[in-house]
Amino acid sequence: MNGSRKKSLPWQRHWLGVLLVGAVLLAVPFVAALGGQAWVRIANFAILYVFLALGLNIVVGYAGLLDLGYVAFYAVGAYVYALLASPHFGVHLPFWVILPLGAAIACLFGMLLGAPTLKLRGDYLAIVTLGFGEIIRIFLNNLNAPINVTNGAQGITLIDPIEIGDFSFAATSTILGVEISGPQKYYFLLVALAILVIIVNVRLQDSRIGRAWQAIREDEVAAKACGINTRNIKLLAFAMGASFGGVAGGVFSAMQGFVSPESFSLMESITILAMVVLGGMGHIPGVILGAVLLTALPEVLRYGIEPLQDAVFGRMIIDPESLRMLIFGLALVLVMRFRPAGLWPSPQRRRELAESSD
Amino acid sequence: MDTLLQQLINGLTLGAVYALVALGYTMVYGIIGLINFAHGEVVMIGTMVAFTVIVALAGSGLPPLLVLSIGLAVAVVVCMALGWSLERVAYRPLRGAPRLTPLITAIGMSMVLQNVAMIIWGRNYITFPPMITKHIYSVGGATFTNVQVAIVSLAALVMMALIYLVHRTRIGMAMRATAQNPHVASLMGVDINRVIAMAFVIGSALGAVAGCMVGSYYEIAHYQMGFMLGLKAFTAAVLGGIGNLAGAMAGGLLLGVIEALGAGYIGQLTGDFLGSHYQDIFAFIVLIIVLMFRPSGLFGEREGDRA
Repeated sequence: MNGSRKKSLPWQRHWLGVLLVGAVLLAVPFVAALGGQAWVRIANFAILYVFLALGLNIVVGYAGLLDLGYVAFYAVGAYVYALLASPHFGVHLPFWVILPLGAAIACLFGMLLGAPTLKLRGDYLAIVTLGFGEIIRIFLNNLNAPINVTNGAQGITLIDPIEIGDFSFAATSTILGVEISGPQKYYFLLVALAILVIIVNVRLQDSRIGRAWQAIREDEVAAKACGINTRNIKLLAFAMGASFGGVAGGVFSAMQGFVSPESFSLMESITILAMVVLGGMGHIPGVILGAVLLTALPEVLRYGIEPLQDAVFGRMIIDPESLRMLIFGLALVLVMRFRPAGLWPSPQRRRELAESSD
Repeated sequence: MDTLLQQLINGLTLGAVYALVALGYTMVYGIIGLINFAHGEVVMIGTMVAFTVIVALAGSGLPPLLVLSIGLAVAVVVCMALGWSLERVAYRPLRGAPRLTPLITAIGMSMVLQNVAMIIWGRNYITFPPMITKHIYSVGGATFTNVQVAIVSLAALVMMALIYLVHRTRIGMAMRATAQNPHVASLMGVDINRVIAMAFVIGSALGAVAGCMVGSYYEIAHYQMGFMLGLKAFTAAVLGGIGNLAGAMAGGLLLGVIEALGAGYIGQLTGDFLGSHYQDIFAFIVLIIVLMFRPSGLFGEREGDRA
């Protein structure tokens, strides 16, 4: 490792680019606020999804385990936060206790799901993870009787925002003469978290573990023959992806102040998976692109379709909501048709796929 | 005792429907290894088309049985065309693409079909016109209707026809050959494209029949009905060992029965702690348990370890 071929880290090689991205990231919440706080919230969700997609990327992109129930861990994190910081049970723990706890519990769930299913291959694993996600959602939906744990379909309201001392992330305050609203504060928190998860992803990619994942993805039997403990390494991928999901869920809870099972449907899992695949599986910039695009597209369509139909036909001909989902679906189909390896695949992965297609 | 018998009868009816839908998944999967997520929507469109035709002909004075048959026939034809175009437009260009690519396409197509259906048929539930006079039979304390009898026997008939097709005809032989090894099959003069298209067309036809069955059983249709049905049927296909026809049939029936029994007995089993709204959990719990012990499903062949 400490030989003569010392690798410079990405941010040392591209300091100008990093600076530019930093400036853009800094400007986004203030530019978005010009269009109203709703756009800041959309930006927040884009980053939250970047976070989630990168978490799932560890499982699907690196280790090659198709997980269709990723949202279960997101839900676990969200509900842990919601139950421990809301009037529902009258417990109000600080976020720095709950977020790690949420991550730990989600991680536990990840291992719980992973342990019995690790010998399953490909699509069998996919359907089991899907089933697991549904089981979690159904329990969240129905655990309001006989003991009210999750408050059923109504969900949990009045969840505490993240607070550090007197500094609340929900309220507007003035820092250094700049007025910063609640959503803008969460934006910066989310950016910080996203940078953290990006660093973890980058570092994992070229680590011993990352290489082991890649080996398993390409050929599990060969990986085993090379002395990789495939069971533990796969379990680690599940646990790690799940922990990220748990943290994201906690932040989601705090940011929204409200959670209900509706937010954790299978469609959500599928959307996150679509972000990973559409962007470029296993390639960090691709996954980020996928997450941002798939969060932004429905919103842009939401604000674009009604005026457009109005302008073209003079009235609403097609229900805008279904037209929006229709276009979203079509976009998925078209992108996959013309960029089968994703919008921004890693060069290495693209080569591998070109070779392995039979 | 009558709960047991009653739930068995209900489960069998539902299971017959699951089995037919599962066959559509398993045929496509067996040949090209694709989870056709849009299959559930094909079933939904089958139901919708049948309803539309039946409602349109309801006042025409034709005998009810003829109207039903016309509805079924139109639905089957529409779904076959739909299945064929799905394969042609969405999946064929992606042969040889990375494995997850067609999966995302399938999800995209599923969203497209669902919303097209919503635009055509609207958001509301559509009710089935009362065409058939229901007869209720009762055996040993349990009851069943003539609709249930019709569903189960039609399903059995269709499945037998499928088995005949796959095992006794030229196209069936071509399908089995392609499922085993597409490359070698093509060297033997099998037109792979045609076989794959056939798998989609036949699967969609079965889906249309299943769609009409669900429609006449529950007497309502909704543009989102295909999703859960497809999910259950896919679970059934995996339960039986995906890619295996007999497995899909057995898996479907088993899943239907398990669900019905689960819904009937869960209250008793857990001392009323969990109610029947946990019905949907059974399918998945049984699936996980079965796959823990038989990782390739009940009837799936133990696949060699290959990447």
